[in-house]
Amino acid sequence: MATPREIKRRIRSVRNVRQITKALESVAAGRVRRAQQMVEATRPYARLARELLANVAALSGGETRHPLLDTRSTVKAREVILISGDRGLCGAFNSNIARTAYQFMRESNVPVRFITLGKKGRDLIFRRGGRIVADFSPLPSRPTVLDISPAARAAIDDFLNGEVDEVYLCYTEFLSPAQQRPVVRRLLPLLAETLAPEQRPSAPRPAYEFEPEPSQILNTLLPRLTELQVYQALLESLASFYTAQRIAMRNATDNASELIVTLTLSYNKARQQSITSELLDIAGGAEALRQALEQAR
Amino acid sequence: MPLHLEIVTTERVVFSGEVDMVTIPGSGGVMGVLPRHAPVLSTLRPGELRVRIGNEVYEYAIGGGVVDIHDNRVIILADSAERADEIDIARAEAARRRAEEMLKNPPASKEDLFQIEAALKRSRVRLQVARRYQRQFGSESNV
Repeated sequence: MATPREIKRRIRSVRNVRQITKALESVAAGRVRRAQQMVEATRPYARLARELLANVAALSGGETRHPLLDTRSTVKAREVILISGDRGLCGAFNSNIARTAYQFMRESNVPVRFITLGKKGRDLIFRRGGRIVADFSPLPSRPTVLDISPAARAAIDDFLNGEVDEVYLCYTEFLSPAQQRPVVRRLLPLLAETLAPEQRPSAPRPAYEFEPEPSQILNTLLPRLTELQVYQALLESLASFYTAQRIAMRNATDNASELIVTLTLSYNKARQQSITSELLDIAGGAEALRQALEQAR
Repeated sequence: MPLHLEIVTTERVVFSGEVDMVTIPGSGGVMGVLPRHAPVLSTLRPGELRVRIGNEVYEYAIGGGVVDIHDNRVIILADSAERADEIDIARAEAARRRAEEMLKNPPASKEDLFQIEAALKRSRVRLQVARRYQRQFGSESNV
């Protein structure tokens, strides 16, 4: 049985831990909201860009041709942009996404290489034998499109110069505050659903004047849309990360509270016990003294 | 019949509303767009974009992109866009110096060179727009 003083020290340290986990919990909650808002803010561009692409497609005879849209008949190598967290304290978040990436790598019949965003995923996939060609960790705390542009650019280049024939995004999708799940999505060649406008504009297509030709417009827009996909994935991953962290921290806070209750109980018991034994000592001493006096008399 | 203008970047909606006229830095030259303009699809070069609403004129620094004009709608998908009073002159100046520095030792790949040149152009436009704004409305900040 520990002494009351030792128990008291433990209570104090658990209380400190709880303070930290509580603070982290509320910080994470705020960041979830911010990441969600940032995802929302990317939607208008995506919507308008898709409408514009649909117009370009209609004008150039129904089909849009561009290297970033070309599906290759044989796939000889794949690249995965793996988005994870830089830090832990987030439950199984990082190991879940790394496992999904690992599974994708094992199930692929052709070589897979990785571009990593986030330290934890990088380390985990590296330990499992993943080949990493570029790493863009640590993640910026307030990501802008400019921050992920080098990563997207690297993937676009590898795709265009034929080093890989498909590029995938592996990240944790943020479905709702209660539900996130690791996914692997194709990034390049761009998917039809990425490009399709949300609702078909029913109005007849205006007879556009082009300044320069349509292919130039695709050259400007398609890399942007690719970057945007990576950016959105990063933001969703961040929202999921902070949600996971919030939940992990809330559990830790709850556990700490529980531990404090248990410890307080044993502290009281230990204190009671020491008082009782002291009382017994005093009573015993007094009794012995009384008997000694009686004998002397 | 006013024009409906939207300026969006991948990160946010910079402007959305009714305007009387916009002047756009198209890659083929500056375009003044009034209501009932013919449909146009064009790429943009880094430059300044002016929006006129009534008697007010607002200036934006645009870092390239695409414009879609049809049915009295002007949609600008910009790589970057800032209103004159939002521009941080010190930061733009630093970016310009950085880009100039990098151009002294030209990088191996053509793509990198283009990127640096584009960055330089963007920062110059930013500075130009911001300085003009300052001259006009005095300088409260950013000096």
